[in-house]
Order: sequence, then C-alpha cells, then structure tokens
Amino acid sequence: MAEIVLDAVSKQFGRTPAVRDLDLRVADGELVVLLGPTGAGKTTTLRLVAGLEQPDAGRVRIADRDVTAEAPAVRDVAFVFQQYSLYPHLSVYDNLAFPLRAPARRMPEPDIDARVQDIARLLHIEDKLTKRATQLSGGQMQRVAIGRALVRRPAIYLMDEPLSSLDAKLRAELRIELKRIQRELGATILYVTHDQTEAMTLASRIGVLDEGRLVQLGSPREIYQDPVNVHVAARLGTPTVNLVPRGVFADVPAPPQTATIGVRTEHVRIKKSANGKSTGRVRWIEHLGDQCHLHVTVAGTDVVTLGDPDIGLAVGDAVDIEMLAPLFFDARGERVRA
Amino acid sequence: MAEIRVENLHRSFGDVAAVRNSTFTIPDGDFFCLLGPSGCGKTTTLRMIAGLELPTSGRILLGGDDVTFKPASQRDIAFVFQLFALYPHMTVRRNLAYPLRCQGTPRAETRRRVEEAARILRISHLLDRSVSGLPGGDRQRVALGRAIVREPRAFLLDEPLGALDAELREVMCDELRALHDRLNATMVFVTHDQIEAMSMADTIALMKDGRIEQIGPPQQLYDRPNSMFVADFIGSPPMSFVPFHGRVAPGDRSVRIGEIAVAVPEAREGSAEADLVLGARPEHVQLSSSAPLRAQVLDAEYLGTTQIVTLVTAHGATLRARVASDVAARPGDQTGLSFRPEKLSVFDRASGRALRSALHEDAHG
Repeated sequence: MAEIVLDAVSKQFGRTPAVRDLDLRVADGELVVLLGPTGAGKTTTLRLVAGLEQPDAGRVRIADRDVTAEAPAVRDVAFVFQQYSLYPHLSVYDNLAFPLRAPARRMPEPDIDARVQDIARLLHIEDKLTKRATQLSGGQMQRVAIGRALVRRPAIYLMDEPLSSLDAKLRAELRIELKRIQRELGATILYVTHDQTEAMTLASRIGVLDEGRLVQLGSPREIYQDPVNVHVAARLGTPTVNLVPRGVFADVPAPPQTATIGVRTEHVRIKKSANGKSTGRVRWIEHLGDQCHLHVTVAGTDVVTLGDPDIGLAVGDAVDIEMLAPLFFDARGERVRA
Repeated sequence: MAEIRVENLHRSFGDVAAVRNSTFTIPDGDFFCLLGPSGCGKTTTLRMIAGLELPTSGRILLGGDDVTFKPASQRDIAFVFQLFALYPHMTVRRNLAYPLRCQGTPRAETRRRVEEAARILRISHLLDRSVSGLPGGDRQRVALGRAIVREPRAFLLDEPLGALDAELREVMCDELRALHDRLNATMVFVTHDQIEAMSMADTIALMKDGRIEQIGPPQQLYDRPNSMFVADFIGSPPMSFVPFHGRVAPGDRSVRIGEIAVAVPEAREGSAEADLVLGARPEHVQLSSSAPLRAQVLDAEYLGTTQIVTLVTAHGATLRARVASDVAARPGDQTGLSFRPEKLSVFDRASGRALRSALHEDAHG
C-alpha cells in the first residue's frame, strides 16, 4: 500500500479547465472521497491519477514515485468503474483470475488460485465462483468487479461511483462491506461520488470539489459542522441547510460583513409564540415517520426545521424561532467566522 | 387518457409462471409503478399491457375496451424503452415527428405536436440538433417526446431511468414526476429501485414471484407493510426484524420477547404459539440506556443530521436505528432499545405475513 500525492495539478479540455491547481495527499491506508456535482472535476482527477489523462501542469506521485510521465499499466493502480465490465463468457472465477493471468505477471496457477479464493471469501461470493458472470445479480456482479481490482493487490485503488449503478439497498450493503474490506486490507483508496451519504459514511476524509478546485478537505464531521462556504454547507445534509438573507434575522448578532445566515434544520428551535411577538408562521408540516419537517415562513423566506410529531403546532400557527450554532456567509458565499 | 384494468392476468413461459393471476386497476391519470426484484414479472406485466406479449389467460381493459388480443399498434399506448432507441442520423425534430409521419398525420398538425412536445420537455432549443451528439438526459427527453407527440391514452415506461448515470437519474426523477403532472397522463413505469418508486409514484404495485405482494400509495407500503418482503424491500435501510417465539391474542397491546414486554399496536388478529417477528423501521428504534431490551452497538454511520446505528441484541437480532447524530454510539457500547409502539409491525415468520393490528386502521397514511 502507498500514498497518493497530487501536486499543483491542472488539466484543461480545450479551453475548459477541468482541474485547477489541485493539491491533495491521500495517506497510506486512507479512504478519501472526492465529492462534487457533475463537472466539478472528480472523475478527471481520478483519471489523472490512473494515467488515463495527462496533466497540463503539476506532478502525480504514487508511493513516493513520480508517475506523471508513466503509462497507466506501470502505475500499479486498480480502477473500478461505475458500470461493472465483466467478461460475460467467463465464470466468476476466471473473471477474478483474469488480471493475474496477464502474461507479464507469470504468476503460477496455484498462487492465482489462492488469491482468488481469498478475495472470494472477503467478498462473500465463494459459492458463486463457478457461475458465469451473467448469471449473477447486479450486486454480485459489482462485487466481482471490485474483487477483480482487489485481487491484483495494487498500490492504490481508484473508484469512480462504484456503487451508483446498484439499487439503494445493495448500495447500502456494499457500502458497509467496502468499508470493512478497506479496513481489513488497510487499502489506500481515492473514491469519487456525488452521493453525500456515501461520502459521509465511507470517507476518512472528504474533499469537496467545485469547478475543478478543491474547496475543502476534512473529516465528514468537520465538513458538515464547519463548512468553508455556502456550496459546501449546501452539499451536505438532508434536508439542505437553511440559507436565509441576513435581514430576515436582524436581531441575531452576526459579523458585519454577513449577507446570509445558514442554519441546519436540527439547529432551529421553534415554539408557539407568546405575548404577540412572533418571527414566523407555520406554512406546511411534512410528516416523515418519526419526525416531521416544519416549513416556517419568516419574512417571505422558507425555513425548514426538524420537529417531533407531538410538537403541538398546526399550519398557520405563529411561532418564535431560535437558532443554535448559526453559520455566517458573506456576499460571495464565503464563510465569515464570528 | 384512460384507466387501465388488468383482470386475472396470467403468463407462463414453458413451465415457469412469470405472472400469476394479477388483478389491479390503474386509475385514469395515475402515476403507477410496477416495482420488484428482477424476475418478479413486472416487465412481463408491462409488456402485456403494451401488447408486446400475449397473456396465457386473463384480460386487459383500456378505458373500458378489451384490448387483450389487439396488436400493440392498435392499442394507442406509447411505450418508452430503457435504451431510448433514437434514429442517430436524424435531428431531434425528425425523431419526434417520425411516429406521426408513420401514421400519416398532416404536416401542419405534426409540426404543432412536435413543437408542443418540445415545449413541454423544454428541449425546443435542441430541435434542429442531431440526436447523436446529445447527452443522456436530453436523449431520454427526446425518447419521451416521441411518446408524447402521439397523444396516446397511456404511457408505459420500462426502467425509464435505468440507462442514465446516477446523478442524472435523480434529476430525471423530479423531471418525470413534473412531466406527469403537466400531462396529467396515465403512466405506468417499471423499476427495481424502491427510491425511484417512492419518490415518483402515486401508486406502487410491489411484485414478487409473479404475484402482487402489496398495492397502494408509497407511504402505505412503508408504514403498513403486508409482509416481511414488503417491509424489507421498501426503505433504506430496510425495516429491522426481531424474531421471537410467542403467541398473540386479539386485543393484546404487547408482545413478549423473551422476558421483556414490548408495546405494539393493539392486535386485531391472533396467532397460536409460533415463531413471530417484530418489525421496526430505523426511525422507530430509540437508544435508551435504561430500557430492558439490551443490545450492543456494532457500527455507527454518521450522516450529519442523523446517524444510522447498527445494533445486535442479546439474542442475536440485528437492528438499525436512525437517531440524532449527537447521540453517543460507539462500536462496543452497551445500550437499551425502545420503540415507537404505535408504529411497530408483527409478522408470522413462516408465512411472512403481517398480523393485522390497529396499525392497519390508521387512516393517515
């Protein structure tokens, strides 16, 4: 296993910058998730590490070796794609063994067998080895695809939305599985997704990309609790963080350059207003099993709060709002610290 | 637009029954989802409604007309395939106009309908582009447009989002729902993805082994599953199950799990002593250190607002709880479990069927 270092890497396609001056270090045994919307540069970053793209500027290092000029094949990386591409005419066993049987490797067949059996155990597909790849369910196929990456024991793993072609339940199962395997192997993984749940649950650290720039890098908790700008704040959390113009809460003490106040739904406290003073009115109550979201209109802006169903409020009620741990942003969306 | 009625529909392939005696009605203007794992018969059902497959027995009524043995072309139904089969050498406009040209629709009328469909789908600016250069989402819009121009009585969509990448799928989910609301059309779609079904459909028919397990609004399947299969298929994470051995009499308001009484919705249906299962959604499981039902924390997945805590009870049942992320839960911690009693389900383990209780009388979805 090994670390990955990107040093001031830039890449343009035509005149469109895809990755801009990116610095990133993925430590040995760490799982870093790159999170961002389409076009943020996540996949390009992954492809630059793999050698499937050449950077215009900057260096890529894997395990203390500068690989910037090296071909993909000699970089010792494994790439898992969104769409599992297995050989349909081969058995699961042969699909797993395939990368090891490459002539250049000259691996003896008993060693291959030992590795394949090992990986099959790890992925809980021991009983599927003799089946053809096409006889498997989607979740099993993606497991085999991941297995084919693992079996080579490369220095690093690159994964591009490996779970997103699966349905929600399999995704949740494989997510937990992948985390377990990563821990057991101590694997270094750079992982790309647009799915915040995946990012939050898998990552040692999350790197949030926006328009080719790495805007924040930190643990899931750091990113969620302490976002550097409005984009990052809005990227994580369901329901989305409330972003309210400063003027709506004129009496909340805030730094002078504050233009927007952000507050997470779980940090909004509301109660029925007494003494005729109120900040808003309940517009809509959305019931979600055990909890409900109360949509409160405050000076024309919707604020969503998380509430208990027994809160005793109804649509139209006047309420007082209290904000715990508000986040302040300036006119450009950058975080302003109190 | 029209109502679709399926009566005792049955389809066998050799010895294998793909669809077994299905009966259901899709109301006019409904956004209806056939949901289920692969091989459950959902696509076969859709193809029979379309006329691409003939039933072994049973009837299909479209707006009251028996169309069971009418060819697909005479059913006035539009079918949108998963792989949106467009003519790559034609422009968007010609792709949209093609079904109308085949029908011999007058030129002015064709033009009007093509422009109307493009407007509804917000692809008017793409009309003179070639489809081969378009991104996946726009190609899907063109495929839908080709169905819309025909002004059919119903739309059938086979895994409409299956060929799109993950992020686009979420966008198209919202878009399809909005499209349905604008057209107010009867639409039937097939998917294996419960999140797609839950977020788009008015009505879900969840299928298993050729049979409909449960049919109803998404919230009903979620809150009041008829069976363990439904409880497990819907919801992410799915419902947790705690097996126990015991009996239930009508009027009971608790079950005994070992030595511990757990409050449940008042039973309307009893069960002799048998292997039973208590079912709880993750948001109805709470951690409380003093509760008698003891469990150990296996894992906690931090999600920001909430966290999903995986626990195992002293008798080996695994549960998932969705709790606020400031609740302390570290792997290895010992804790107690309590539940929201009015939300719990009780199942018969052998048949998987839910025992009827006050839960099933709750009128509010």
